[in-house]
Amino acid sequence: MRDDVPLALLTVFVPFSLVSIGGGPSILAGIQHEAVDVHHWVTSREFVELFAISRAAPGPGSMLTTLIGWHVAGLTGAFVATLALFVPSSLLCYGVAAVWNRHRGKRWHSALERGLAPVGIGLILAGALSILRLSGGGALSYGLAFGSAALLLWRPRLNPLLLFVLGAGLAVAAHVWTA
Amino acid sequence: MQVQRAYAGRLKLLIAKTRAADALFAASFIVRMPVTTPSPASPAAAAPGVTAIFLLFLRIGLLSFGGGLTGWVFREVVVQRRWIAEDEFMSGMALGQMLPGTNITNLAVYVGQRLRGAAGSVAAFVGLLSGPFVAVLLLAGVYGALKQLPHAAEAMDGIAAAAIGLLLVVALRGVTRVSRRPAGAVAMVATFAGVGLLHIPFLLVVAVVGPLSVAAAWFGGPADAR
Repeated sequence: MRDDVPLALLTVFVPFSLVSIGGGPSILAGIQHEAVDVHHWVTSREFVELFAISRAAPGPGSMLTTLIGWHVAGLTGAFVATLALFVPSSLLCYGVAAVWNRHRGKRWHSALERGLAPVGIGLILAGALSILRLSGGGALSYGLAFGSAALLLWRPRLNPLLLFVLGAGLAVAAHVWTA
Repeated sequence: MQVQRAYAGRLKLLIAKTRAADALFAASFIVRMPVTTPSPASPAAAAPGVTAIFLLFLRIGLLSFGGGLTGWVFREVVVQRRWIAEDEFMSGMALGQMLPGTNITNLAVYVGQRLRGAAGSVAAFVGLLSGPFVAVLLLAGVYGALKQLPHAAEAMDGIAAAAIGLLLVVALRGVTRVSRRPAGAVAMVATFAGVGLLHIPFLLVVAVVGPLSVAAAWFGGPADAR
């Protein structure tokens, strides 16, 4: 069965690439469902860990798929998963870019944009919820998530790495305190 | 001196706005701008080579902690190097946000295409992703070793929760923006409820809500845009 893993990575991530309207976070809930529940590539626990790693590293948060591929099929899996997620959408973008400039300001332009924006945002919220559900922190995780959001709204230029250190520290402290 | 200061102020404002990833801002900017207006920052005469494109996006990819990449690309490509004009950049940004795919890879493909066609797109794409690809695998390897330490699981939960905070801020800006249109608010809530609460397959939700939402925006007309 393991031989089929790169192919399975392709068939899962290529469609995600083409529906990830609103960017990477919008497909988070879907990827979690496929990788954890359907294909059992990673456990819930591992998914949360890989998510955290992908966020602490530079680059798009969607490098999470790189980590899933790596986890399940080594370097080949990492390559396949990364290309499967990033290449199809980029090809589409390349093709559309040429057409786009000729139709600037037309009505379908703005209808598409205004119609798809709320879908993307709904998906980001669903993705945030699915990660919070998976994480072992329970109410503490919800508190930390909203706390870091509030902190960022208050200080938009705050370095995200500082937030991660704070989050990790508070989570460990809370665990030690209650143990 | 004064001109420089004024330009710097305007630049700061633009970067703040692009960093906020405000698609509607960009869209309205494009729609309202007369197509014939010459760009204030006219592109330099010589288009950059493929290697220069690759190196620039490699650098941007490696420095991109926690998002905010759009602001970086704007600063480097439009302001400092003058490879493309401001309005072209804004157009590409709106395009990247509307199409599927990570906003930043789409923007890279757009800029690369504009500068050097297919070769430019490939250079920007590979440059942007190769640094993070190596970095994320190295970090995962390090984490494999750190996993043995006590409280590693709790620490990762804390990092994941804090990272969710970053997502919430992006979503929150969007929530206030799309809620100005009732149809937008309905589409957003329906998508969230369908995927997040009812666990309906993701593709099905997008296939149903997406076209309905676009239709509502189409028939709602541009009058209720803001």
